[in-house]
Amino acid sequence: MTAVETRTGRVEVHGVHKSFGAHEVLNGVDLVVEPGSVTVVLGPSGSGKSTLLRSINHLEAVDRGFIALDGELVGYRRKGDTLHELKERDLLRQRTRFGFVFQSFNLFPHLTALENVVEAPVSAQGRNRREVEAEARELLARVGLADKADAHPRQLSGGQQQRVAIARALAMRPAVLLFDEPTSALDPELVGEVLAVIADLARTGTTMIVVTHEIGFARQAADQIVFMDEGRIVEQGTPTDVLDHPQHERTKAFLAKVL
Amino acid sequence: MTTLETRPSAAAPPAGTPYDQFRVVKAKNPGRWAATAVVAVLLAMVLNSLITNPRWEWGVVWAYLGEVSIVQGVWMTIKLTLITAVLGFALGTVLALMRLSQSPLLRAVSWGYTWVFRSVPLILQLLLWYNLAYLYQSLDVGIPFGPSFASFETLSLIDKFGAAILGLGLHQAAYSAEIVRAGILSVDQGQHEAAASLGIPRRRQSTKIVLPQAMRTIVPTAVNEIIGLFKGTSIVYVLALGELFYTVSVIYGRTQRVLPMLVVAAIWYVVLTTVVTVIQYYVERYYAKGAVRTLPPTPLQRLRGNLTAGLSRVRPVGDHR
Repeated sequence: MTAVETRTGRVEVHGVHKSFGAHEVLNGVDLVVEPGSVTVVLGPSGSGKSTLLRSINHLEAVDRGFIALDGELVGYRRKGDTLHELKERDLLRQRTRFGFVFQSFNLFPHLTALENVVEAPVSAQGRNRREVEAEARELLARVGLADKADAHPRQLSGGQQQRVAIARALAMRPAVLLFDEPTSALDPELVGEVLAVIADLARTGTTMIVVTHEIGFARQAADQIVFMDEGRIVEQGTPTDVLDHPQHERTKAFLAKVL
Repeated sequence: MTTLETRPSAAAPPAGTPYDQFRVVKAKNPGRWAATAVVAVLLAMVLNSLITNPRWEWGVVWAYLGEVSIVQGVWMTIKLTLITAVLGFALGTVLALMRLSQSPLLRAVSWGYTWVFRSVPLILQLLLWYNLAYLYQSLDVGIPFGPSFASFETLSLIDKFGAAILGLGLHQAAYSAEIVRAGILSVDQGQHEAAASLGIPRRRQSTKIVLPQAMRTIVPTAVNEIIGLFKGTSIVYVLALGELFYTVSVIYGRTQRVLPMLVVAAIWYVVLTTVVTVIQYYVERYYAKGAVRTLPPTPLQRLRGNLTAGLSRVRPVGDHR
C-alpha cells in the first residue's frame, strides 16, 4: 500500500457509547480504520456490530464519544469547545461520503436498477444526469449486471439485488463503504457472487468496513479483523492474529462455533 | 408389502396403456347448478318488473336524462367533486406530513384539525361556512396583529359555491390526511434509511422515494373517497346549489314525477362512479410498477387473452375428431 498517504477515508471511532432505553448496545468502542484498508467486524448477534456501523454514517446518533472521517466530525461541527449538531441538509451532504449496503438491500422497488443507481448522484450531489447514467451502466457492468439495467428489483434474485445495491453505493464515489451483513439475507448459493464483488472492491483502495459472518471472506479480504462482544471490541488484529491465534476466551468460543 | 423399488412410479403409466385416448368425464356440481338456476330466476323477475311496471315511467326517465338543466347539474357535481378532491388531498398530504413531523406543535395542530373536522357533521360545517359573513364581515390580508393591506367582503368572497368547496374540501382533508398518513406508514422503514444513507435531500425523499410507494396503499382508499364525494356532494342541496341532486329535486317538485327523476339521478351517479372505477384500475396498475413482477393485464389485453385461450381450447377438440 504505497499510496496510503494520498488516500482519503480514514475513520476514527473514539469512546462511543449508545443505549436503546436501558440496554447498552455500544459500551466504549475505539477503532481506527486506515485509508484504503478493509476492516471486517465479527461477533455474535446483539454484540453491537450493526449499531456501530450505523453510527459511523450517523444513521444512529451516539450518546457519548465521537466519530470522525478524515478528521471531520460526523454529525457535528466543532466551534471552539462546543459541538453543534449538523442541520439535516449538512448531515445528508456528509452522508454522501459514505456508501452503505444493507442486509435487506433496500433497493427502491418502484425504480429500475439503473434508476436506483442514478438517483442519489443526481439529486444529492447535483451531478449531470447523462454522465451519471453512463457511469451507472459501467458500475452495473462491473458487478456483472450490464443486462439488468432496466429490470425492477422484484425481477432480480437476492444476489443480483445486492449487487445493484453495491453499485448504487459506489455511484456516490464514497470515501468509505459500509457493509451491514451484506450476505445474511441471501440463499447460500448466492452468497458467493456478492462476496466476489466485495472482495474485488477491496482491491481498489476504497476504505471498507464489513460486518459479516463469513469467516472465509474475512480471512481472504481483511487487513484488520475486529471481534466485538457485548458492545465492546474484545480483540483486533490481522486475520492470522484473530482467526488463528485468538487471545480472548469469547473469540475462541465464537470461532469454535462458526469455523 | 411394496417397497420403494417395486411400487410403480405415479408419473409413468404402465407400459402400453394409452391414457391420452380415454374419454375424460368432468366432476359434477349439482349444488352449483341449482344455485345458478335460482339466481337466474330471481334476475329474470327483477328485469321483468323493471320492464313491465309502467310506474317506472322509462319514457320520462329517457326524456330527462340528457335534459340541459340535468346535464348542467351533472357538470356542477363533477366540478364540486374534482375541486374538493384536489383541495382535500393537497391539504390532507400537508396535514399528514405535519402529523409525521418532529415538531410537537405541528403534530398537535394536525391531530387537532383531523379531530375537529371529523367530529362535526358535514351538513353543519357547510352551513357554518355559508354563514361565515355573520362572524367576519370582511377578510383582510396583512401582517398578523398588524396593519392590513387589502380587505374583502366575506359575502362576495364566499358565495354558495365557495361555501360548498370550503365545507367539502376542509372536511375531506381531515379524512385524506389519515389516508395519506397510512400510506406513508406502509412504506418499509428500510426505504427511508436507504434514502437517508444516500444523502438524498429531504423533499426529494418524500416525492421520489416514499410517496410513489405509498400510492399503492393510498389509491384504492382515495378512490373510495372520491366515489364517496361524487355522491356526497348531493348534501350541498342544503345551500340550494344547482348540482345533480338539487336539480332533480327541483324538477320533481315542479312535475311531481318523483320516481323517474330519482332514477335519472341514480343513472348519472352510476355513470360517474363507473368512469372513476375504470380510471382507478389504470392508476393502480401504474403504481404497481415494481411491486409485482409482471403488471396485471389491461381489460383489453385480458379480453384478447381470453379470446385466444378460448380458441386454443376449441382447436384440440377439433383435432381429436
